[in-house]
Amino acid sequence: MQVEPLVIDVKGMHYTPLNKQIRAAVASGVREIVLNNVLGQRFIANGLRGDVRITVNGVPGGDLGMFMSGPECEVFGDAEHAPGNTMDSGTLVIHGSAGDAVAHSMRGGSVFVKGNIGYRGGIHMKEYEDKRPILAIGGTSHAFLGEYMAGGLILVLGIGHDPAVRDRGIGSGIHGGEIVIRGDVSERLLGVGAMKVEFTEEDLERISPVIKEFCERFDLDPSKFLDTHYCRIVPSSSRPFAGKYTWE
Amino acid sequence: MTLGSVPLKYRISIDRDQCMKCMRCVDNCSYGVYRIEDDKILIDSRKCTACHRCLSMCPRDAIMLQERPVDYRSHPLWTAEAREDVINQSRTGKIILAGMGNAVDYPIIFDRLVLDACQVTNPSIDPLREPMELRTYIGKKPSRLEFTKSNGDIDLKTNLTPNLKLDTPLMIGHMSYGAISLNAQLSLAKAVAETGTFMGTGEGGMHEAIYPYQDHTIVQIASGRFGVDINYLERGAAIEIKVGQGAKPGIGGHLPGEKVCSDVSCTRMIPLGSDAISPAPHHDIYSIEDLAQLVRSLKEATNWEKPVFVKIAAVHNVAAIAAGIARSSADAVVIDGFRGGTGAAPKVFRDNVGIPIEAAISAVDEKLNDQGIRNEVSIIASGGIRNSGDLAKSIALGADAVYIGTASLIALGCRVCGNCYRGLCPWGIATQKPELVGRIDPEIGSQNVANLIRAWTLELSELMGAAGLNSIESLRGNRERLRGYMLDEGLLDVLKVKSVGA
Repeated sequence: MQVEPLVIDVKGMHYTPLNKQIRAAVASGVREIVLNNVLGQRFIANGLRGDVRITVNGVPGGDLGMFMSGPECEVFGDAEHAPGNTMDSGTLVIHGSAGDAVAHSMRGGSVFVKGNIGYRGGIHMKEYEDKRPILAIGGTSHAFLGEYMAGGLILVLGIGHDPAVRDRGIGSGIHGGEIVIRGDVSERLLGVGAMKVEFTEEDLERISPVIKEFCERFDLDPSKFLDTHYCRIVPSSSRPFAGKYTWE
Repeated sequence: MTLGSVPLKYRISIDRDQCMKCMRCVDNCSYGVYRIEDDKILIDSRKCTACHRCLSMCPRDAIMLQERPVDYRSHPLWTAEAREDVINQSRTGKIILAGMGNAVDYPIIFDRLVLDACQVTNPSIDPLREPMELRTYIGKKPSRLEFTKSNGDIDLKTNLTPNLKLDTPLMIGHMSYGAISLNAQLSLAKAVAETGTFMGTGEGGMHEAIYPYQDHTIVQIASGRFGVDINYLERGAAIEIKVGQGAKPGIGGHLPGEKVCSDVSCTRMIPLGSDAISPAPHHDIYSIEDLAQLVRSLKEATNWEKPVFVKIAAVHNVAAIAAGIARSSADAVVIDGFRGGTGAAPKVFRDNVGIPIEAAISAVDEKLNDQGIRNEVSIIASGGIRNSGDLAKSIALGADAVYIGTASLIALGCRVCGNCYRGLCPWGIATQKPELVGRIDPEIGSQNVANLIRAWTLELSELMGAAGLNSIESLRGNRERLRGYMLDEGLLDVLKVKSVGA
């Protein structure tokens, strides 16, 4: 049975009744939800499960899709603080820029940001077996990108930015996963525990599906990104603190 | 130049006349103190941690343990420990890691507080005969109740927020699977389910073996967000945001890769053998407003059906911080005093940072009362609660309930040797080695822990009855039933307690 898409005008609406309405709709089988006039409502799709596509027209508030498990949210606007926070699976697509701590502790799924992100993007992202989160950014990032990163992939294409990233502390405390940045990254921008390695043809092969998906979502031509002109940043150790302590 | 060895911390000796060479000491010591050569049990005392496993298993009481068998030149400032720490650090250049709680001989405020009892003018109550109301609700209480009346029916109009219902004001604090073994956690879980109370899961997700007891768990979300997903949040009866820990205020935690075995890696959802790093702050909480956002996010994710607690270490400004938490939509503030236990903490933090829980409880209770928001949050106190006397005094100082940690582990065999961070716990508690974990039978372990909870609950009833109180609410914050013995004026003022005789 085909269920009609649900369109909600959320102007002036509080997030709790909004999320209740979304959950009830998903439970009743709605697969397509459109939210119009979104302005600062936090926690949209928070902890939401299921196979549903949510279109957000406007600017959602903080923690968009936090703990989300499965749905896809496409934002036509900017996003605030920590979209994709501790997200489990599913997809966020942001046709704009996003605030600090994007994809904080994200465990699976993908976050695509067309524009730029703030500080601490992808902080403490993790992975476990086949769950490997992806944060892909079209523009640039502020400081501490991939800090404490424990798994997954961060990709920065740096469109309109040269160099792609010019803020410091990239991958400080990184102990898993990888950060791939278009062009070269100055050694002095790397955080403690982060290490630059060559971006090889094999890496390109592995990452090209992410590049292609990113370009497809934002209607960009992928061909100009499908080369090895990237810098790959990985942990220098999976145990950054192992040498810091002595027993009593 | 070599610094040579330092004297033995402990010396083990065997009374060879008593010993029947049953080899239980050899089998039980996971630190390798004992070995057999030419049919003789040889001893390497240097490896001993005073965990008492061998002593407790020796059928003939043939093993003797002596602490500090070698004297240093006595000196009040340069204790043996001070000297040995300097030697250790001049060898290694590293941070000293230590287990269990604060080991410095600070005065214990609990031991300078005495409880009241009835004599002549008001009768005491016998809990054998009279019901004692120990049921405790953790969570927000409405500041007022509104009712609707129609046709003689009265209905409650005020929306009540979810509370946890405890049969006794005593819970088990957060010790993660990873820090402790599954059998240890399972023993605690069975015990709280049996005694009508709750336990914390710690930051490490929930192993599926705990699922049958999930209605008695408080799931924790800490800065590492390990094992946190929507299923985990929905499983717990309540959710706790861990901001700080009394044993190491202001810093994060590192579960060493050695303890990340396949099951721990699965529960935490991180790769095998990698360090599990919890950063010092939550990187989505940089302000009190951000804390409110996380509290509300957790409530929103779980449909506003779960109470959310916020745990902080007791630090100098604890009262003001708690007042901020009380305004964040949180349902309870957990305060962990500077004697709180830990699997591993830098010794300099464990021994020097934070304040005692007794002062923190009183300061927080007082501040929340002054601001008229005491009903907004419950106060859960933890960090060094050793017996029902400490429990009763905590409640009289203003706590709603307490968390115990170390005491519940002692009920499982722990002898407070403080080597938890080595992952070799011979009692099967702070280890992930299957042959050691198997030493705990969760059926027996849970009975020991449940016995402890029941015993303290009985004693609390007796103490209350003796003071003429028949409900826990009458004890809560009732500082009139406390007196300070040899406490200075400044501290009496913080505790809002009179001196003995006054």
